Amino acid sequence: MNPVFFLLLAALTVAAAVTVILHPNPVHSACALVVTLFLLSVFFVGLDALLVAVLQVLVYAGAIVVLFLFIIMLLNLPIEARPMGGPALVAAAALGWAVLVGLLAAGVGRATAPASAPPPGFGQTEALAKQLFTVYLLPFELTSILLLVAIVGAIAVAQKRS
Amino acid sequence: MGPTPLGWYLTLGAVLFAIGVVGVVIRRNVIVIFMAIELMLNAVNLSFVAIARSLGSMDGQVIVFFVMTVAAAEVAVGLAIILAVFRNRETTNADELTLLRW
Repeated sequence: MNPVFFLLLAALTVAAAVTVILHPNPVHSACALVVTLFLLSVFFVGLDALLVAVLQVLVYAGAIVVLFLFIIMLLNLPIEARPMGGPALVAAAALGWAVLVGLLAAGVGRATAPASAPPPGFGQTEALAKQLFTVYLLPFELTSILLLVAIVGAIAVAQKRS
Repeated sequence: MGPTPLGWYLTLGAVLFAIGVVGVVIRRNVIVIFMAIELMLNAVNLSFVAIARSLGSMDGQVIVFFVMTVAAAEVAVGLAIILAVFRNRETTNADELTLLRW
């Protein structure tokens, strides 16, 4: 990916992410989350992870955020009068954020790695499926059980007691 | 101009992760806290994909696939819990949900 294009997209992504955590209206937060996830899928395309990029839009931006919006609508949440904790908490969080970013950026910003051309078929459905159904077969099957348990659990928890 | 170095992607992932952490700390609405958690998961996904591309290995992308699946399960159960709590307590404010506080 072109560095100029990267910086432009990164600025948009960070702006959207900040909107998610700062906007007092939860619906706007959810919409900003869609923008963030969509922009991240653009990064995935730039990194040759084509299937992951498609799944990101379908599963995250499509299914998960719609679930969020549905719950916000169902609960009929008002716009919060006081969405944040106290000013001391916000100041401490901002300070902690700066320290965390400083440490992480100092650690990983210098990371260099062989940015060689990827092998043919890298990031395509076939390559991912081959890994998924050979090396990661057991985790894959366990995930399907996890999803089943989550479905049953979600219905059991959200059910109205009569 | 060459391709974007790996460190830039990892830095962006770190910044997004830190934004998610701050969101969890400062927000009081549990649904927005939940969204901040999703933000953190995605920041890590970005790092995984960047490192997978840099190493030319598919393993990082497979892990991202699993993270997405687990996140979907987590959201389904988590929002069901929020719904159940809201039915009983009529609130989604984390400051008012103190029944389990020591």
